Amino acid sequence: MSTATTHAEEVHAHAHDHEHEHHEPNFIQKYIFSEDHKTIAKQYLIMGILWAFVGGSLSIIFRLQLGFPEMQLEWLRPILGEWIDESGKLDKEFYLALVTMHGTIMVFFVLTAGLSGTFSNFLIPLQIGARDMASGFINMLSFWFFFLSSAVMFSSLFLETGPASGGWVIYPPLSALPQAMPGSGLGMTLWLTSMALFIVSSLMGGINYICTIINLRTRGMTFTKMPLTIWSFFFTAILGLLSFPVLLSAALLLIFDRSFGTSFYLSEIYIQGQALPNMGGSPILYQHLFWFLGHPEVYIVLLPALGMTSEIIATNARKPIFGYRAMIGSMMGITLLAFIVWAHHMFVTGMNPFLGSVFMFLTLIIAVPSAVKAFNYITTLWKGNLIFTPAMLFSIGLVSLFISGGVTGIILGNSALDINLHDTYFVVAHFHLVMGSASFFGLMAGVYHWFPKMFGRMMNKTLGYIHFWATFVGVYCVFFPMHYTGIAGFPRRYYSFTALGNGRMEAFTDLNAFISIAAILTFSAQAIFFFNFFYSIFKGKKASQNPWNSTTLEWTTPVEVGHGNWPGEIPAVYRWPYDYSKPGAESDFIPQNVPYSATPESNLPEENEEIANEKAIESLLAAQNESYNR
Amino acid sequence: MKKPEELLAANETRSVNPKVFTMWLFIVSIVMLFAAFTSAYLVRKAEGNWVEFELPNLFYYSTVVLLGSSASMHFAYLAAKKDQFNALRLSISITFVLGLIFLIMQFYGWIQLVDENVFFVGNPSGSFVYVLSGLHGLHLISGLIVLLVALVAAFRLKINAKALTQIKICTTYWHFLDALWVYLFLFLVFNN
Repeated sequence: MSTATTHAEEVHAHAHDHEHEHHEPNFIQKYIFSEDHKTIAKQYLIMGILWAFVGGSLSIIFRLQLGFPEMQLEWLRPILGEWIDESGKLDKEFYLALVTMHGTIMVFFVLTAGLSGTFSNFLIPLQIGARDMASGFINMLSFWFFFLSSAVMFSSLFLETGPASGGWVIYPPLSALPQAMPGSGLGMTLWLTSMALFIVSSLMGGINYICTIINLRTRGMTFTKMPLTIWSFFFTAILGLLSFPVLLSAALLLIFDRSFGTSFYLSEIYIQGQALPNMGGSPILYQHLFWFLGHPEVYIVLLPALGMTSEIIATNARKPIFGYRAMIGSMMGITLLAFIVWAHHMFVTGMNPFLGSVFMFLTLIIAVPSAVKAFNYITTLWKGNLIFTPAMLFSIGLVSLFISGGVTGIILGNSALDINLHDTYFVVAHFHLVMGSASFFGLMAGVYHWFPKMFGRMMNKTLGYIHFWATFVGVYCVFFPMHYTGIAGFPRRYYSFTALGNGRMEAFTDLNAFISIAAILTFSAQAIFFFNFFYSIFKGKKASQNPWNSTTLEWTTPVEVGHGNWPGEIPAVYRWPYDYSKPGAESDFIPQNVPYSATPESNLPEENEEIANEKAIESLLAAQNESYNR
Repeated sequence: MKKPEELLAANETRSVNPKVFTMWLFIVSIVMLFAAFTSAYLVRKAEGNWVEFELPNLFYYSTVVLLGSSASMHFAYLAAKKDQFNALRLSISITFVLGLIFLIMQFYGWIQLVDENVFFVGNPSGSFVYVLSGLHGLHLISGLIVLLVALVAAFRLKINAKALTQIKICTTYWHFLDALWVYLFLFLVFNN
């Protein structure tokens, strides 16, 4: 008791010291141009949620066309205007714009910025025990570049010629020639501008994440004591740092081709009967550059979701994560392999078959670390004391989607099978399950799990359960049937497809109608989340300090976390983050900041030896405080 | 199991200045940008239909100038370490001027290319030279801005033996821009 009071006094004295330096920030500094990582994280999250609804509604519009090709869409005219043609059908060019923008928005704006931006920002300083990011200013800039990029991309939706329409991969020559299609004009220019801003934002964010994780860990937080979330954000940031500049270079060359008449990607080409002056370019070159980013991007999207799942599953199974080091190793393996498999997106570009088999071999190796992760999730769940919070359900859902979507990756990674399946709905099914839905489930799990820390309130559990089951069943109903249409040859990005119907219009309409109805229902179910999220921010039940009885450092902060995260000293770390249900321990979890000397009843022999190090860890306090005053 | 000394040593690596570290990460992203361009160059060249031409001889001289600027940058760092403020200001100024001369020479190098009938628009072999030297030039301009900021700091005595972070960042970036050009230049010489 006495130690507690002295500690409180120290805290008070400490706070007093700083009172004259830290004046209360005004509204703009606090909520708009904030340098606080927690506020920036919330800004990213809310932007991500808004973008998800935009991206989702675009997909619903094109699902209407696919599922009900005969449907009168006159009622959409108030929203879409001229994009509904005279016969009351969806404009064909606009259909292409819809799929392009759906992909771009979901991959970059929702699952990269909304997921990685939110949780890297929120969790890195809180879980490693730092006051803030290495550079709060660059962090703020990173968000505002993202905002600018969002504004440009959003405005392109309202162009008369429509937004970019060449697919989210914007392959030249379609994207390089403004006269190629309406969407290749101003829409494409805005797409490139927006993505350049987005890349700058991502790089600034990523540099900050890496720098913070390496330099600002609290005393005792060695790399092998970091939660797996932090490891996953670390690898994600490295992937982004190494791959986004390559996309920038691809985009720059494309801009030169579009606007200055160079021939990097354009070779001898006729358009509308006119020969263009371009000579000697190579559109395949663009594909190489694009997919060198494009493939790591898949893992940029997925790894944070996997990391958060590890954390949530261990917490709610009340068991240590199975194979902590194997998890790190497999994430490292995925990160390395991510850079040397890009050409499996290009098997049908006339690539040398030998080169194809090399890339096939490398691609199939990814199954190994992925399987290690899947097994580790399942073995962590095995005989655990499972607590089914909404976050836990979404995490288990992620594991399910990761497996069922990953298995088809082995089929698509095969360069011979890919000849048949390339650009069919089989591919759409594969990546929507393994990358889209799995990452989305990770995002949702993260929101449900860390909501109490973000807003100091709890989300409604019952609504969470309804949201989960509607989404889980819905996602499988939407994407599973796509495997069948895909194997049968139904192609991606087609406005309508009658070739396999022997001239009849109704080829695949039954399955497509089923998928569309499921998609509409699943999308509508997200309204439950939308309501729950915004209602709970203001009216939710007040959260306790550690509602999930978790071990990591963020739960040692007060319920309403202020700037600087801990009112007193930053806690030291003595143990790994997964001491759940430790034999002999009094409670079923031991937080990371509890020294081994305080838990003699549950220590293993080698942990008793670590008690000797505790003095050394504590003695680092002065150095740690010093580093914040530099 | 780690001994206390080892833990302390581990902590020392942790206290790498975050600003210097950020600079290095920034450099990594620039390396990836140019790695992408030079890889694209090789991939494209392997496809044939590749016009060959002489690199402007001014590029040889400008490379020497840039190497010289790196030397004066190093002197600036040494001067800052020893608190020799006049030498520091002088060396930064020399570096800045050499950097400017380099840019001007690059520009005249482009004029030489135009005289050779190698244009930005045309066969990609020529376009690549413009893109690589142009983007390097753009980065060099950012380097000049960093130098100017350092020069102002040097006049305000903000750079001294006890506050070396800024000059360290500046020096690192400048040496990197120098090395980047040497790489690009040798790459062009051997692959043209």
